[in-house]
Amino acid sequence: MVKMTESTYRIQGGTGEWEVVIGLEVHAQITSKSKLFSGASTEFGAEPNTQVSLVDAAMPGMLPTLNGECVRQAVRTGLAINAQINKYSRFDRKNCFYADLPQGYQISQLYHPIVGEGVIQISLDEKDPDAHGKAIGVERIHIEQDAGKLMHDQHPTMSYVDLNRCGVALMEIVSKPDMTSPKEAAAYVRKLRSILRYVGSCDGNMEQGSMRADVNVSVRKPGGELGTRTETKNVNSMRFIQAVIEYEAQRQVDLIEDGGEVVQETRLFDPDRNETRSMRSKEDAHDYRYFPDPDLLPLELEDDFIFDCKASLPELPDEKRARYKNVLGLSAYNAAVLTAEHETALWFEELLETTDKPEEIASSAANWVTSELFGALNRLGLGIENSPVSPAQAAELLGLIADGTISGKIAKQVFEIMLETGDGARKIVEEQGLKQESDTGAIEKVIAEVMAANEDKVAQYRDGKDKLFGFFVGQTMKAMQGKANPQVVNELLKKTLG
Amino acid sequence: MSIDKETVKKIASLSRIAITEAEADAFVPELNQILGWVEQLGEVDCSKVEPMTAVIPNKLRLREDVVTDGEIRDKILANAPIAEHGFFAVPKVIE
Amino acid sequence: MTAIFEMGIAGIRSGIADGDFTAKEVAETFIARVSAAKPLNAFLVETPEHALAAAEATDKAKAAGETLGKMAGVPIGMKDLFCTQGVETTAASGILKGFVPQYESTVSSNLFQAGAGMLGKLNLDQFAMGSSNETSAFGNVISPWRRNDGGNSDLTPGGSSGGSAAVVSGRIAPAATGTDTGGSIRQPAAFTGITGFKPTYGRCSRWGTIAFASSLDQAGPMAHDVRDCAIMLGSMAGFDAKDSTSLDLPVPDWEAALSSNLAGKKIGIPKEYRVENMPAEIDALWEKGIEMLKDAGATIVDVSLPHTKYALPAYYIIAPAEASSNLSRYDGVRYGLRDLPDGAGLQDMYAATREAGFGPEVKRRIMIGTYVLSAGYYDAYYTQAQKVRTLISQDFDKAWNSCDLLLTPTAPSAAFGLGEKMDDPLAMYLNDVFTVPSSLAGLPAMSVPAGIDGKGLPLGLQIIGKALDEQSVFNAGLAIEERAGFVAKPEQWW
Ligand SMILES: [Mg+2]
Ligand SMILES: [Zn+2]
Repeated sequence: MVKMTESTYRIQGGTGEWEVVIGLEVHAQITSKSKLFSGASTEFGAEPNTQVSLVDAAMPGMLPTLNGECVRQAVRTGLAINAQINKYSRFDRKNCFYADLPQGYQISQLYHPIVGEGVIQISLDEKDPDAHGKAIGVERIHIEQDAGKLMHDQHPTMSYVDLNRCGVALMEIVSKPDMTSPKEAAAYVRKLRSILRYVGSCDGNMEQGSMRADVNVSVRKPGGELGTRTETKNVNSMRFIQAVIEYEAQRQVDLIEDGGEVVQETRLFDPDRNETRSMRSKEDAHDYRYFPDPDLLPLELEDDFIFDCKASLPELPDEKRARYKNVLGLSAYNAAVLTAEHETALWFEELLETTDKPEEIASSAANWVTSELFGALNRLGLGIENSPVSPAQAAELLGLIADGTISGKIAKQVFEIMLETGDGARKIVEEQGLKQESDTGAIEKVIAEVMAANEDKVAQYRDGKDKLFGFFVGQTMKAMQGKANPQVVNELLKKTLG
Repeated sequence: MSIDKETVKKIASLSRIAITEAEADAFVPELNQILGWVEQLGEVDCSKVEPMTAVIPNKLRLREDVVTDGEIRDKILANAPIAEHGFFAVPKVIE
Repeated sequence: MTAIFEMGIAGIRSGIADGDFTAKEVAETFIARVSAAKPLNAFLVETPEHALAAAEATDKAKAAGETLGKMAGVPIGMKDLFCTQGVETTAASGILKGFVPQYESTVSSNLFQAGAGMLGKLNLDQFAMGSSNETSAFGNVISPWRRNDGGNSDLTPGGSSGGSAAVVSGRIAPAATGTDTGGSIRQPAAFTGITGFKPTYGRCSRWGTIAFASSLDQAGPMAHDVRDCAIMLGSMAGFDAKDSTSLDLPVPDWEAALSSNLAGKKIGIPKEYRVENMPAEIDALWEKGIEMLKDAGATIVDVSLPHTKYALPAYYIIAPAEASSNLSRYDGVRYGLRDLPDGAGLQDMYAATREAGFGPEVKRRIMIGTYVLSAGYYDAYYTQAQKVRTLISQDFDKAWNSCDLLLTPTAPSAAFGLGEKMDDPLAMYLNDVFTVPSSLAGLPAMSVPAGIDGKGLPLGLQIIGKALDEQSVFNAGLAIEERAGFVAKPEQWW
């Protein structure tokens, strides 16, 4: 169960403590091959103006036609956050003159968005998500067009316009002002990103601009009336989002305490100076003259369409995490870590599926993935989708530990060889003779030799110097080149030493 | 709702149409005459009426997600007042 | 035999089919007419090579025994609102001067597919905003018609499809395309004694047609008579996936089903169209029209369209609002005029370009549209207008309970003199009082010439039909045409 956590994030001002109120408008690029209203490609990184149709360039007489996949992905995203799906929605024009907006308006949804209220559960504690959870409300999700790009540094007196991104589909996911600390905002974006990637509606790539946030910040005395907010546009990293909140909160507190007033305005974040500043170029921002786009009809969704969207959703992070904990018996931490990224969960599940007794090895497999595999991938700088060891290979390795063929220690050695050669665990164990010795006869024989060579120590042990037990284990294992089953060695030593 | 010269200037600015003082003066009575005339719509009781959305009942069709367009840069730039290195060029924009 | 230049679409079609003349002869005849018609200022661009190439293709196809398209060998005039590949298209605005589309509008493309050739691009009111063709950046179109009072004052051909009306009535082109947003096909057709048809909204694709007001704009034919309009609309119309508001319906063969027998049809006469100060001649014409339709077998019923008086004010909110947004793309960045004063920034460039490029009427409508959409006024103006539009549409729906078609005058007067109404935008707007309601409701409507006034100028009657029932409109038009015996033509003075 999620417990509401009181935020303790406070700005210390001259007049006392201040609370911060944060809302985020996340723009997420919808994964699609073609643009929202044209057949031009959305592929990243093409030559300037090559992925532009006559529609995107707003040539006279050009008209928009709606990409069904973008609608489907927005609906699936809405369903994934348990939101209201609006069977009737409309596209509106948001009028604004800008060089990267050829039509002179952005087609968006103001009055009737496709998705209504939903909720996203965030957690402030990675180790035990359920202990410090919070529900963040989502106000709405609407579909809209992205703008083109302006380059300012290629010519001394001119800016260059590239329309490749122009018309790419975005979802704008608008949260309620439910967050009260930079950490919560980061947790919200992280969770949202995870959900989008599970759903497959956005790749979540913040560096390429697939996800960016408008950060709304206001301050108030704890529990007081909401203050005037500022909106800092297009913040494109988790770190910057937190920096914007910290900077804006402090700036607003200072402003108010100095007798000033916060102006509702659009601001821009400057990462080099780590500060926000007012964007005068958006002075028409309060008069976008929204009205329904007469080139498009109302969008009406059939029940079947929504049903198919729902049926196509994968198990989502929260359900999956609960199942890992409750059904597979994983620790809260492992369940959280393994479900944070869809790829990780899929990899882990594929591993389990290739074994006969998934429930039995789930815990050890989870430990192995979060420690051994993650460690190795980290070292190699690879994502799990590019892991040199496949889930089936990992299952084989874990099977060898489980049936006692090798020890955990030898397993580490085998895993290293697997990473290097790509060979299977069983093959490596056989070829390199790393199989664990469990035959009591062989071990007893070695123990007898060790005892014969260390008669003084045997005597001391029997006189009560218990600490020497470890010495005998070490000597025995060493004599057997580490391949003896440590459990059998322990038992036999205890029996023989008495 | 009568509009004054300041409003005329604001509308012109929102419309991105440069106007002179004289033009602004001339627009005031002209726009007021037209707006005064259209305001008779206020007489109509529309409390139970939905605004029109589709003129002829028709459904918004969904396009298939396939790339069918693009790779026509020459056509896109053909009429540009200034195009350089594959870009449209505009006076330098300072944020 | 009738001279080729006197022929319309059907006449040319059968002449070519019968081997009376070749398509090339037809093209050459009209090309010569076009070049002699410069005083009318109807063409912005002449494209004789296009007409000739289409004619040659027709002659070749005929020689090869191929089936000819419905418009084969017919050289038409193209309103300069349709983008034509490789041919300058300006919407009669300075802001698009020099713009050469790299694409062909669906309507012009459909016509070319059907075998039509193009004589040139026709002048119009700038961005189709106007009712007299006086807002073009490239000069007024002068009507071929003159009053019979001996005076030689220049008359308006009507607007916005003024160039189209002028060339068809002057027998300079056998037919021309028009577009109609609030009456821009019907009013000029009425003013020049030709037939003009606005189909149901969505019949003709808007793709590649320069937008004025998206929810109202419809293309249609302007031609000699009803049959020609039926043939031509059949070639223009059709589903187009590139236009989201296009109707996904088959195009009926309107020509084949033409019949002037109106037995069983009920014609509604809307009482609200008897406006104050309507000239007696218009009223008389309307009465004559009623008699003609009765004679064709129809029953006449009185109907009421109670919100008619609000149609024009609603239109003058909705159309400018859509236009203000549709015309935002003319910003000097990607095509057309750029005015960059010394040291100007981007936003200054926009304002200077649009100031220099748009004419006064276009600016007026952009300003009105911007105002009615702006913060605080949107609901009072725009939402209210769209609600009234719903009521207007419902008025028609109710009328259809008691009738199949409506008969009204097309315009409240005959053609007026150029310059007579330019100082008073409101008086100009009133020209469209009879055509705007059906535009707001998206209904098919046509104007047929039905008589002449005391000064020898043509007058038209309007027939309005149910959505998608173009056939009944054509048929009633044909019934009037057969009975009106309208044969007046402008004398050639140019
Ligand atoms: Mg925003
Ligand atoms: Zn947005």
